[in-house]
Amino acid sequence: MLKIKSYVKVKSIAEAYELNQKKSACVLGGMIWLKMGNRNVSTAIDLSGLGLDTIQEREEEFYIGCMTSLRDLETNAALQEYTQGAIRESLRHIVGVQFRNCATVGGSVFGRYGFSDVLTMFLAMDTWVELHEAGRIPLAEFAGQKKDRDILEAVIVKKNPLKAVYLSQRNSETDFPVLTCAASLSGDRAKTVIGARPGRAMIVEDTRGILQGFGEMSRREKAEAAGEFSKFAAGNVPLGSNMRASLEYRKLLAEVLTRRAWESLGGIGK
Amino acid sequence: MNLSFWLNGEYRHEEVEPDRMLLDFLREKGCYSVKCGCETSNCGLCTVLMDGKPVLSCSVLALRAEGKKIVTMEGMQKEAEEFGSFLADEGAEQCGFCNPGFIMNIFAMERELADPSEEEIKEYLAGNLCRCSGFTGQTRSIKKYLEYKKAQKREEAEA
Repeated sequence: MLKIKSYVKVKSIAEAYELNQKKSACVLGGMIWLKMGNRNVSTAIDLSGLGLDTIQEREEEFYIGCMTSLRDLETNAALQEYTQGAIRESLRHIVGVQFRNCATVGGSVFGRYGFSDVLTMFLAMDTWVELHEAGRIPLAEFAGQKKDRDILEAVIVKKNPLKAVYLSQRNSETDFPVLTCAASLSGDRAKTVIGARPGRAMIVEDTRGILQGFGEMSRREKAEAAGEFSKFAAGNVPLGSNMRASLEYRKLLAEVLTRRAWESLGGIGK
Repeated sequence: MNLSFWLNGEYRHEEVEPDRMLLDFLREKGCYSVKCGCETSNCGLCTVLMDGKPVLSCSVLALRAEGKKIVTMEGMQKEAEEFGSFLADEGAEQCGFCNPGFIMNIFAMERELADPSEEEIKEYLAGNLCRCSGFTGQTRSIKKYLEYKKAQKREEAEA
């Protein structure tokens, strides 16, 4: 059961940072995950009065405040256009609309949960996080770090030309994903992210250059590259078992979802 | 701690503990339509509207309602009765435990989506679970209700 001794709706990020230095303090996101655990919180720090619940489209980036709800992210027209609907696809299976109105981008990203569709999707783009103390750092770097007492203010997506696809597999609708896969093509940079491994989402580096020049390949070459890279990804990304799926099943899924994602990006998917 | 908010159109000043969830708080205040089903944010039984948006009251701290407009089914009796008759006509009410949360989310959908398709209806209501039925009766009732509301609006516009 969650117990909270005191609740503070802070007036600034600096105040939140100061309060959060105490180990028993806790910054509140959407509270969906937090409230399910057994925890004694000395000070619950609420950022909801700081105006960090909006998505700003700037000339070179999308600036997504940490308190933006997943539903606002899902329904943001500019982001949908930028990702050709991939962001919406990554969010629409997460329980229901009411859930996504509660859950926040900051909570999802700061938590760096293994099951996170959100982390998988953001890793496939040129995404940065803005932290009060550490400043702006790439999401890929942040995703690999241990949780500390810093405050996540915003998630920033750079507006580089992008083609993106998001796929996931679930045992039943609205459940946690068994495996997630996001693929993107930005200029020459081909990126593949596998999540719910069941560990944290990670980028599968194309160390063999299989997808190099993917945009200029013929249809047949694209199909071959998608097939070859999906085998490479399934064989190289660390996967495991949990109550939702075995390692063997995840291996099969990793290959299939990666191939489908790249076929779709190459315009040769079903 | 002090909490000032709107509950079903009435401005209220209340005292609330820092860890009280909105679901428990609303039930303490007599809003018994708000049900506790799963407490894991999955079933949608505790759905209420917060500034017009559907939220899971089991996952929202009561203190986060500060300055907000909270609407439960107690505040939408007339509308609920109207939709309830469509549910009953399709035999979709069954035990009725999930109905309040389900109905509140339908009202939210009605405001948010103009003329939703069956697929959009199912997606919007995916977070409302019913253990009695297979959702077919509910889907029929929603489609008929939306058609009825559309015809009603058309008649009002022509009058």
